[in-house]
Amino acid sequence: MSTIEAPRSPLKPARRRRGINVEKWGWIYMRASGVVLVVLIFGHLFVNLVAGAGVKAIDFAFVAGKLADPFWVVWDTLLLWLALLHGANGMRTIVNDYANNRMVRRLMLGAIALSTIALITLGTLVIYTFDPCPAGSPANLLPSFCPVR
Amino acid sequence: MSNAVMENSPAVPAEIATFTATLILRRFDPDKDAEPYWQDFDVVMQGTDRVLDALHKIKWEQDGSLSFRRSCAHGVCGSDAMRINGKNRLACKTLIKDLDISKPIYIEAIKGLPLEKDLIVNMDPFLESFKAVNPFLMAGSVPKDGKERKQSPIERARYDDTTKCILCAACTSSCPVFWTDGQYFGPAAIVNAHRFIFDSRDEGSQVRLDILNDKEGVWRCRTTFNCTDACPRGIEVTKAIAEVKQAILRGKS
Repeated sequence: MSTIEAPRSPLKPARRRRGINVEKWGWIYMRASGVVLVVLIFGHLFVNLVAGAGVKAIDFAFVAGKLADPFWVVWDTLLLWLALLHGANGMRTIVNDYANNRMVRRLMLGAIALSTIALITLGTLVIYTFDPCPAGSPANLLPSFCPVR
Repeated sequence: MSNAVMENSPAVPAEIATFTATLILRRFDPDKDAEPYWQDFDVVMQGTDRVLDALHKIKWEQDGSLSFRRSCAHGVCGSDAMRINGKNRLACKTLIKDLDISKPIYIEAIKGLPLEKDLIVNMDPFLESFKAVNPFLMAGSVPKDGKERKQSPIERARYDDTTKCILCAACTSSCPVFWTDGQYFGPAAIVNAHRFIFDSRDEGSQVRLDILNDKEGVWRCRTTFNCTDACPRGIEVTKAIAEVKQAILRGKS
């Protein structure tokens, strides 16, 4: 007598655990960050693409100008962190739902964590250390708005 | 008073219209087959016939080895939930004429539970997660007048929707999260927890909320709404799950 492999075995009773509940806070984070991201993303798109001269205004000087303003530094930092963590958490739940193999799941979760950390680090570094006119660069590589030294 | 007089001669019932429906069933006999396979049957049906009548006709007239569960055959016992054209339905509540009979009707066992034979699955994992939420009245105190635990109609209406559950497993076996690693409670267990969590007479709601606040508790719900679509009793399952989530976050209301 052959039986089809039980998809739900082995059965485990519900465990009570102490400490913070990652799944619960992940769920709350998705909703809270989602609401904030709607404002941040549409604000970002409006300022970049619609307001003023519209999409034609975007060039190196436009980005440099935005990153010189503390308001946009804070805006972009929030956008970067919230969006990346929101996306990474979404990918984590998809992997948890669909990757049945333990090894595959661990690998994919590790890859998501690594890429998220790398992107957040790089992005934050750019936002806070960006200098459109680095000292000591040859003049022909600098944008036109830099003061002549 | 005059005697009743028959004004018209009794109408001879017209020939009842029939049609031929093709059913493709997913068969599996653990004694013979290594893998499940699809087998098709043609049955002559009437407009009043349900999928369950078609299965009966096949079992009684064509192939007696066909196995499926059914008890009351009127949508109350919840034995004959099955996947009909890819949707979980009760065979006894689905009229053949409401399906697209120009195409074959595909019928298979509900998904996510171990297949035992033909349309029969092992319901143990489903019932285990039902049991895990303590689906019974937990009351430690003695009722006020020593006899009854009274409840107002408003208090009763609070959880009325979730009292309708017949444990047919149509919702739980339609849930894509339940299909994955089998650790999720499934909609039916949460619905039955909801029925007691929001019962004013019950004192164990915090115990149930703690159980459902587990890693694999209500937070695995992705609001796919498959369960609400599948429920043969019309329970708003996804709404009930959302209310349990709110109760865990903000306390019972």
